[in-house]
Amino acid sequence: MNTEVLKGGFGNAPVDAAYAFRAAMNAMACPGTVEVLQGAQPPAPVSVAAGTLLLTLCDPDTPLHLAGDFDCEDVRAWVSFHIGAPVVAAEFSMFALGSWEALAPLSRFAIGTPEYPDRSATLIVEQEVLAQEGMALRGPGIKDSVTMSLPETEAFQMNAMLFPLGLDFFFTSGDQVSALPRTTKVEVA
Amino acid sequence: MSDYNFAYLDEQTKRMIRRAILKGLAIPGYQVPFASREMPMPYGWGTGGVQVSAATLTPADTLKVIDQGADDTTNAVSIRKFFEKTAGVATTEETGAASIIQTRHRIPEEDLREDQILVYQVPIPEPLRFLEPSEIETRKMHSLEEYGLMHVKLYEDIAKHGAIATSYAYPVKVEGRYVMDPSPIPKFDNPKMEMAAIQLFGAGREQRIYALPPYCKVVSLDFEDFPFEASKADHACDMCGATDSYLDEVIMDDSGGRMFVCSDTDYCTGRRQAGHIGAQAAAASAALEETAV
Repeated sequence: MNTEVLKGGFGNAPVDAAYAFRAAMNAMACPGTVEVLQGAQPPAPVSVAAGTLLLTLCDPDTPLHLAGDFDCEDVRAWVSFHIGAPVVAAEFSMFALGSWEALAPLSRFAIGTPEYPDRSATLIVEQEVLAQEGMALRGPGIKDSVTMSLPETEAFQMNAMLFPLGLDFFFTSGDQVSALPRTTKVEVA
Repeated sequence: MSDYNFAYLDEQTKRMIRRAILKGLAIPGYQVPFASREMPMPYGWGTGGVQVSAATLTPADTLKVIDQGADDTTNAVSIRKFFEKTAGVATTEETGAASIIQTRHRIPEEDLREDQILVYQVPIPEPLRFLEPSEIETRKMHSLEEYGLMHVKLYEDIAKHGAIATSYAYPVKVEGRYVMDPSPIPKFDNPKMEMAAIQLFGAGREQRIYALPPYCKVVSLDFEDFPFEASKADHACDMCGATDSYLDEVIMDDSGGRMFVCSDTDYCTGRRQAGHIGAQAAAASAALEETAV
């Protein structure tokens, strides 16, 4: 039996998850800020931050989509043991994990309904680095404007136009996380 | 610590609430349905706020609980004790020292910071509920941004009373989209909702969570010729002399005696410690000195 899969979960789930959620919530409430997210040791290619996010937010109630390289035996086994989320196609997912290229096209994901805009997918986008430079962000949670590096501009502008429907994004790299909800207006700085 | 799971709720419940909070922050003012749990206190005692606080607390937090601005009323004391027992967190009565503040029907007078979180207890989260009893209808009205009925209600106030008579739970529009019930805070507090702290709203019986990220645009509904006015009792605090705080009127005796005091007890205490003194407090201490002589 491969015992590697048993490793990498939270050491003290209630406390680790509480700190992780606070970082995730601060990131979502204040787009463009970078928070530290630690606790999980997921198998490659999943980053510490993305693994921690999955442990904090996902469970058997949340269908999960693994995109591209992230849909591999190791990750599936780790998700199955530690989280129990059903791994599904993009169309049926509440959460999705992958690189920006692998997650495209975004039109596959649920954007919610006019009556229930919360029934939309949350995408966890793995990036090489999270840099606070590049696009200018404005909107709720941002005092004036902040800058943040994003994989592209147009997709997020299109997403914001769907408001109150739309997708919400977490960006992860190593043990860092930042977020971009559907309310944020993205412009080329 | 205790034999409870950290902050009472089980982990799967917390994950469900946390997902609702994140969607709430992503769609400011929209009421996210959640599977509210039975709590060891009756509905109406802040079960929604307690569940949101439980899902948000970390062991490093310092919790403050207020009820109508006061730290020392039954509801505030029992919720503070609940989290001391089940989460082992530090508690405080000082607004500035708290990282999470759970509140019933007030926003503290002191400006909140970016590193603070304000959790509201909400009885009826749906601002349109008293105008339209059907959830199916109100949900459709929100989806179509059909808020004419609310303006009719405010207009009828003016037609009947000559002014907008709604003085608490005064409806607001968030980011130009969702009309939201700010919970039964006095309308005096409405302008404070554009703040630096994260605001989370929990309605336990009604099973709804909603949220406002920092610096979110929150506009109180009004008319051009009847603009919104954040009103309070036209008086200074009789204990600390503050003229800028929201006041409670307290009946003192059977012969019409009364006094006005800050509803925010921490604010009032802080001012008195700093040497400010109100009319009745001054009179009382003068009387005391006279008896001593």
